[in-house]
Amino acid sequence: MKLFSVTLVVNGRAVTLRVEARQSLADALRGELGLTGTHLGCEHGVCGACTVLLDGEPVRGCLLLAVQTEGTEVTTIEGISPPAGLNELQESFRRHHALQCGYCTPGMVLSLHALLARDPTADEEAIREAISGNLCRCTGYLPILQAALHVAQSNRLKRADTSSTQSSA
Amino acid sequence: MKPAPFDYAAPRTLDEAIDLLGRHGEDARPLAGGQSLMPMLALRLSRPSLLVDLNRVESLSGIRIDDDELRIGAMTRQAEALESAEIRRHVPLLAQALAEVGHPPTRARGTIGGSLAHADPAAELPAVIVALGAKLVIRGATGERVLRAEEFFRGMFETDVKAGELLVEIRIPIQAQGSAFLEIALRKGDFAIVSVAASIALGPDQRCVAATLVLGGVGPMPVRCADSERRLIGHTPDAAAISAAAEAIPIDRVELGSRSASRGYRRRVAPVLVKRALAAAAGAAGAAP
Repeated sequence: MKLFSVTLVVNGRAVTLRVEARQSLADALRGELGLTGTHLGCEHGVCGACTVLLDGEPVRGCLLLAVQTEGTEVTTIEGISPPAGLNELQESFRRHHALQCGYCTPGMVLSLHALLARDPTADEEAIREAISGNLCRCTGYLPILQAALHVAQSNRLKRADTSSTQSSA
Repeated sequence: MKPAPFDYAAPRTLDEAIDLLGRHGEDARPLAGGQSLMPMLALRLSRPSLLVDLNRVESLSGIRIDDDELRIGAMTRQAEALESAEIRRHVPLLAQALAEVGHPPTRARGTIGGSLAHADPAAELPAVIVALGAKLVIRGATGERVLRAEEFFRGMFETDVKAGELLVEIRIPIQAQGSAFLEIALRKGDFAIVSVAASIALGPDQRCVAATLVLGGVGPMPVRCADSERRLIGHTPDAAAISAAAEAIPIDRVELGSRSASRGYRRRVAPVLVKRALAAAAGAAGAAP
């Protein structure tokens, strides 16, 4: 069995993997690095459960070979979670009941994390588009939408605060 | 759901890639964005012995204008094309269609050339590329050849690209015209049940001087509606002219049916979608409402 050596940065840490050519990034993250927060659902690009960030952009972890990620930066759900507790978006998911079985949640959170990093005050249309490639069979999506809208709204308020402080100074 | 074993190569240059593909023939498959090939490998519908990864071949990516053509490298990501101001300005039909292609994570990896070379009958880009009158540049060991889009597609999942060859560039003529892309799909981002690519150019007297109408998702290949186009030319694109054009679509070439959308359903919705698309294209071309 031919193995390929791949060096990449995962959640801020340089790692070198020895993988078969056919091994997907999602399988390598789970199997080689123990990062089991990345879930595998359909394994052929339909469900979005395995979404990870490749150089900051959401991609399907099952449709990328680990061997293709040489020199890239990969971020998984573990990489955006604080050591203890939840980040703001995750906390908003909890408060809005935006998950039930939790299988789609890492992919949903990463898709929305990438959107809010690019567009902190994203509107409903942008949020819907951002998670259009992530299937959820529990929530009916509306609580997920509300969780993301809540964070966008809170960012909007923070921005308004900052600008009013600046203008009064 | 794991692929069968294969070997892997990631050449840096187009010459190396073509050399590898030429030497391995039918046993090798080029890997572009992987959004179709990877599922086929996982489902073991495709079992190549070698994947030639094109993602490190930088010369295959990019969007540029050359004279009156927009040239898109085959490995240009769909997301990059969707965000391109040049495409939006000069080939709005392509931008309109790209918004319906998959989802942000699939567009981040999926490429323009990959989607065309895969030739899925339900994909958006083949219909659009036929409607745009694009030319496709194919490179092999013995050199380059250029095909019209209508010569490129040969059947369901079948193109004129031979083993050892690669689609390297898409050349789209820049024309001043109004355009529209509409589709019906089960969900946003899903493959089309029926898609329509339409464009109209008006003369100073508000009559059509050029019209293009192509259906996607209905047959093995994009269906050009030449009779409909002819009925529009020389006429003001009003409701009557648009209805006449919609009646002239080759309805017997709406052949496909599936569990979620029968052939009969597709035959009913195709003319409706055609009317909407032509009206939108006429509006974009500056036709009086």
